[in-house]
Order: sequence, then structure tokens, then C-alpha cells
Amino acid sequence: MSLPGEVVEWFSTAEHWRGDFGVPHRLAEHALMSLAATVTAMVMGLPLGVWLGHRGRGGAVAINLTNVGRAVPSLAILALVQQAIGLSGWPGFGARPAFVALVALAVPPLVTNAYVGLRGVDRDVVEAAQGMGMTGPELLRRVELPIALPLIMAGIRTSAVQVVATATLAAVTAWGGLGRFIVDGFGQQDNAQIVAGALLVGLLALVTESILARVQRIMVSQGLRAGQPRVEEALTVG
Amino acid sequence: MRWDWVRDHGDDIFAATRQHVELTLLAVAIGLLVAFPLGLAARRWRRTEGPILGLAGALFTIPSLALFALLVPFTGLSRTTAEIGLVGYTLLILVRNVVAGLDGVPDEVREAAHGMGYRPLDQLLRVELPLALPVIVAGIRIATVTTIGLVTVTGLIGQGGLGALIIEGINRDFRTPLVVGSVCSVALAVAADVALAGAARLCAPWSRR
Repeated sequence: MSLPGEVVEWFSTAEHWRGDFGVPHRLAEHALMSLAATVTAMVMGLPLGVWLGHRGRGGAVAINLTNVGRAVPSLAILALVQQAIGLSGWPGFGARPAFVALVALAVPPLVTNAYVGLRGVDRDVVEAAQGMGMTGPELLRRVELPIALPLIMAGIRTSAVQVVATATLAAVTAWGGLGRFIVDGFGQQDNAQIVAGALLVGLLALVTESILARVQRIMVSQGLRAGQPRVEEALTVG
Repeated sequence: MRWDWVRDHGDDIFAATRQHVELTLLAVAIGLLVAFPLGLAARRWRRTEGPILGLAGALFTIPSLALFALLVPFTGLSRTTAEIGLVGYTLLILVRNVVAGLDGVPDEVREAAHGMGYRPLDQLLRVELPLALPVIVAGIRIATVTTIGLVTVTGLIGQGGLGALIIEGINRDFRTPLVVGSVCSVALAVAADVALAGAARLCAPWSRR
């Protein structure tokens, strides 16, 4: 049988949709893990980046964080965290190290983009707001954050997509998720399973990206939609 | 850390590093060859810019393991599979920076060159490209560092490199090759970044501030 036929057959096999090794369970694992890691990283990274950007401090650190993060291979982080804390007998073998590694990878683009976004706010606008009598918190909430939002959202998109991608690699270090289909497919030389897993992962990443792009479009002020910065975004890939 | 393992496997570590460098160089070089005309096309015909960047962006969004996995049934566990994926990931970064670099050339400069009688190709090669170089090199740096990280994943499709050491460490639950592979990969990325920054300063002294 041809490969597309085999893949269709793989997807239409009832067994692949049932139980702890089925598509729904793996998809839920992958999505929940990614969501938890991204939200945790946002809680850690966004306030830091916003604060640094608002105060205009620590620029070198904030900007280079992403460069450093990019230089460290995600596979290496997964494996090293697994080695460091994975064997301490916690429940849910593999899940905790995967979570820690994903959060570590997701934080840098969030900090960098929030920092760059806030620093990028036109000084004249800030001075005008101060001249109108805005205090620090007001300035942050009503001027700086709305203007920085496109870049902050770009950071969230970058991080979320990278987390979905890296969660796939976590299958190599003994966690579940959709990567299991790919890694097990390699092991069993089962092309249909490999392609099915890859399609599911690719689809999840594209859906994640397009949902966040839509959220961004809704949240960002109309007046800011033109002239979005293109090169300053902290691009990473997992 | 088992230093005796490191001592005994010096040749393997060196070979893995060399493979890693080769895979990266090839990917970035091919990526540039593909991205440059795409960037020029996106600028020449502005209507193509959206689709070109959109397609490169979608490719960039696909997780690396999934992209390699999709290619394996067609091109096998081969270097071709690895390179197609790696080149694909460089495109978004490189095309964006080629476009942004050329967009950054001031109109006055363009007009002056035109007035001096530069023909389009000459103007591109001798006026616009040198001025766009710093931004393009910034893209090459990001693409190179990203590729070095991704090459560790190609270890999973049997392409050697430092990823093979990391995977050996994972599979044997043996920390030494894991740490060696990771540290060498990071060192390689930092070295490449510094080297490219230095090269850019040498090639484009006018960009020094």
C-alpha cells in the first residue's frame, strides 16, 4: 500500500484512538503540558521583562537572554534537566523534568520581547503622558503596555510554538505527548505512525500559532496595527 | 563527569563536532542561496512578500522533529532529510533580514546612485547590498546559531553530530556524553556568533558606530 493510504488507515484504526496510548490522550497530554509550561513561563517572564523595560534597566541581560537561550539546544536542556531531577522518584516519570525544561526554554523570548517592546515606546509619547500628569503605574498601564503589546504578543507566540515543538522532543527523554508516535515510529520503522505523529504535531503547532495570532489581532489597538516591527522579534525554533 | 571517557573518546568528540559544523555550514549556505533571490523577489514584487514570508513562517512553525519525520519516508534517514529541514528553518530568518536590510537603504542614496548612472544590478551589488550587509549578517548570525541547535535534533535521524552524543547519553543514562555534547554545541554556537560578528565588522567597517 502507498504511504498516504497507510496513514489514512492508521488514522482510521479504532485502536489508535483508545486508551492511554491513543491520539486523544496523547493530544491532551501534549496540549495541557504546553499550556501549563507557557502560562508558567508568562507568569515568570512577562513581569520581569515589563519591569526591566519600564525602568530601562538590565537591557544587556534582557536582550541577550534570548541569544543565550537560542544557543542552548532544546534537546540538551531536556536531557540535562531529566538527568538532574528526573531520577528522584517523583510520580509521573518524565513529566516533571519535561515541564521544567519547557518553562526554561519559554522564558527568554518573553523577557526579551517585553523589554524591547517597552523600550521601543517613543520617548515623546512617554513625556507627553507624563506631562498630562500620568504617574508611573498609570503610564505603564495606559500607554506603555498597549503600545508594547504587539511585541509582547509576538514573544508569547514564539514561546508557545517553541514549547509545542520541544514537547515533541520530550518523547525522546521518556515523556508522552504526540512525539511518542514519531519516536516509537522510528523505533518500529513504522512510516505510517511516524507521518501520522508528525501531522498531528505540525497541526497542533499551526493551530496554536493561528489562535494566538487571532488573539493578538483582537487585543492590539487599531492604531498600532500598521508598522509592526519585524526584525526585533526574538525568533526561536524548537 | 567521567573525564577518562572524555579522554578516551577525543577522536569521536572531534568527529562529531566536525559533522556538526559541516551540517550547519551546508544548511546556512544553501539557505542563503535560496533566501537571497526570495528576498529580492519579495521586494521587487511587493505582492509576493506576504505569501513568501507567510510560507516561510508556516515552515518555521512546524516542530523540527515533525518536519524531519515527514521527510523520512521520502528521503530516508539521510543527510538530505536533515538538510531540507535545516534549510527550511533558515529561510524565514534570512528572507526577513534580506528584505529589512534592503528596505533600510535610504532613498537619497538610491537616487544618488541612480543619478550617478549605476545600472540596477550594479546599484544592487555595489551600493544597496553593502549598506544592507549589517542587517543581513545579523540574520545570518541568528540563522547559524539556530541551525547549530537544530543539528542536535538531526542526531535522531542518524546524522551524527553532537546530537548523537546527547542521544547516546540519554539512551545509556550516562551523563558524560550528554554534558560533552551539550557544552560543545553551546560553545560552537557562541564561537560562530562571535566569528560572524567579527567578520561583519571587517567586511563592513562603515557600520561601526
